[in-house]
Amino acid sequence: MGPSQPAPPAVEVRDLIKRYRKAKVNAVDGISLRVEAGEFFALLGPNGAGKTTTISILTTTLAPTSGSIRICGHDLARESSAVRRQVGIIFQNPSLDMNLSGEENVRLHAIMYGLYPYRPAFRLMPAAYRAQVRELASVLGMEADLFKPVKKLSGGMQRKLEIIRGLMHRPKVLFLDEPTRGLDVASRRSLWAYLREVREQYQVTMLLTTHYLEEAEQADRLCILNHGRIVAMGSPGEVMAHMADEYLELDAADRAQLRHELKVLNLQFDEDGMFKVRLDGRSAHEVIRSLDVPLTMLRTRQPSLEDAYLRILADE
Amino acid sequence: MNELYAIAAIAERDLMKFLRDRTRLIGTFVLPFGIMGLLGGTLQANLGRATGFNFVGFTFTGVLGMTIFQSTAGGMAWLSEDRFNDFAQEIFVSPVSRYSIVFGKILGESLVALAQAAPLVVFALVLRVSLSPEQIALMLPVAVISCLLGGSFGLVSMAMINDQRAANQIFQFLILPQFFLAGVFNPIGILPWYLEIPSRISPMRYVVDLIRGVVYTGHPEYHKVVLFDPSINLLVIVVMFSVFMVAGTALFVRRETNR
Repeated sequence: MGPSQPAPPAVEVRDLIKRYRKAKVNAVDGISLRVEAGEFFALLGPNGAGKTTTISILTTTLAPTSGSIRICGHDLARESSAVRRQVGIIFQNPSLDMNLSGEENVRLHAIMYGLYPYRPAFRLMPAAYRAQVRELASVLGMEADLFKPVKKLSGGMQRKLEIIRGLMHRPKVLFLDEPTRGLDVASRRSLWAYLREVREQYQVTMLLTTHYLEEAEQADRLCILNHGRIVAMGSPGEVMAHMADEYLELDAADRAQLRHELKVLNLQFDEDGMFKVRLDGRSAHEVIRSLDVPLTMLRTRQPSLEDAYLRILADE
Repeated sequence: MNELYAIAAIAERDLMKFLRDRTRLIGTFVLPFGIMGLLGGTLQANLGRATGFNFVGFTFTGVLGMTIFQSTAGGMAWLSEDRFNDFAQEIFVSPVSRYSIVFGKILGESLVALAQAAPLVVFALVLRVSLSPEQIALMLPVAVISCLLGGSFGLVSMAMINDQRAANQIFQFLILPQFFLAGVFNPIGILPWYLEIPSRISPMRYVVDLIRGVVYTGHPEYHKVVLFDPSINLLVIVVMFSVFMVAGTALFVRRETNR
């Protein structure tokens, strides 16, 4: 590739379909998406939406039924070995060998990826390996735990260890399949702080699946899946703007009158201790001017990703 | 070279797992010793004179072949356990040939089996089984070849079964009859046709017979104990290993990805 040519997309998926054996419906039903190099992309959706199936196909552990996939310019069907060199994966379920120490797990990975020659002990490994492992461990603050048996490490530590392992071969794309599942709040925060640092330091493309909306909100772009199909895609701001309207929170001493006036104005609202009024394209100012009843409370609310997400799933 | 390093790393992992598993260590050492000492001794006392050969030596060679074959084949069940623990995913997303992964696994289980077999040889010497230094030296390559066949047999068996629990149960059905069909404890020189056929397709038979061929060479009982010429056993083992290895790896990888 010449110097003037742009880098190929990190992930390019066209018309991907996956139907499991004996299943009656497609787990992934014709999705197409493109993730640019360096982008942080999130796949969001309820259980069974097809997130893990998609990520399993993209990481070569599951064969697609049909469709084409390119990872960093490599065709996944024909160049799976090249694809594997480009990607790192943090699996949904812990994938560490519990019988080995943290460092032994990392060493096995490094040798499997052809980074260093096989040596039966840490001290016999090349100095570059020892330095790389120590550097990654220090960034994560787990130097002291690196040589402990994995089964003695906390869930958070095990996750960090998986990240160290996943980054050893300097992947261009890091797949994170619900990386914070089962972690407490403190571990989750610390892990994300580290992942942000990793992204800045290594310029790695990140493709995340998650149930946590606040995690997806950090992404450059996100894609909402439901029943194996893409139901929304764009930046978190775009998805929120398209899928959820700004709304007003109102209340009045005379609630019956307020309810009546809102109905007359043909505005949709929910009553939940107060009136949540959807603006449906009107401005807040216009709605308030139309009301005669004295208000005891008035608040404009920007929609959250959660609002958009719930509305999308409800519309489905 | 990277593939060789990967094979070595996978093999080392299995050996480490074995050496760190105290229960497995004790269990795998105690059982063959019990069988060899108790069964071999009992059979020798009651049948040794009638058959015209030493049953302790006969049982030793049988148990040695059985231990090597069963340990390596059974060790491949860890492929199922790894899948269950999701560790297999980590290995299978690495840019290493699937054949190297499976071969590394078989090699690792072979090291485990050899670690179990070494004390058996010492125990046989204690029981005064006649073994020359040359025979002991020759048993090493024979044991390695037998391990490879056991591992490839375990691979092809496991590759055909999805569920780990079912795999462990079905595996027992595949291994246990071979103890008798391969003549681990019992002579099988004469068998009715309906046992002769499964005996001939039992891979363990060729492992046990090859070991007996080595141990009984130069002994007057050779023709009473050994069924086939070692070269024939070796040929059958090579053919079986090649078929099991290719078919097993293809089946395993296909099943892993085409769910």
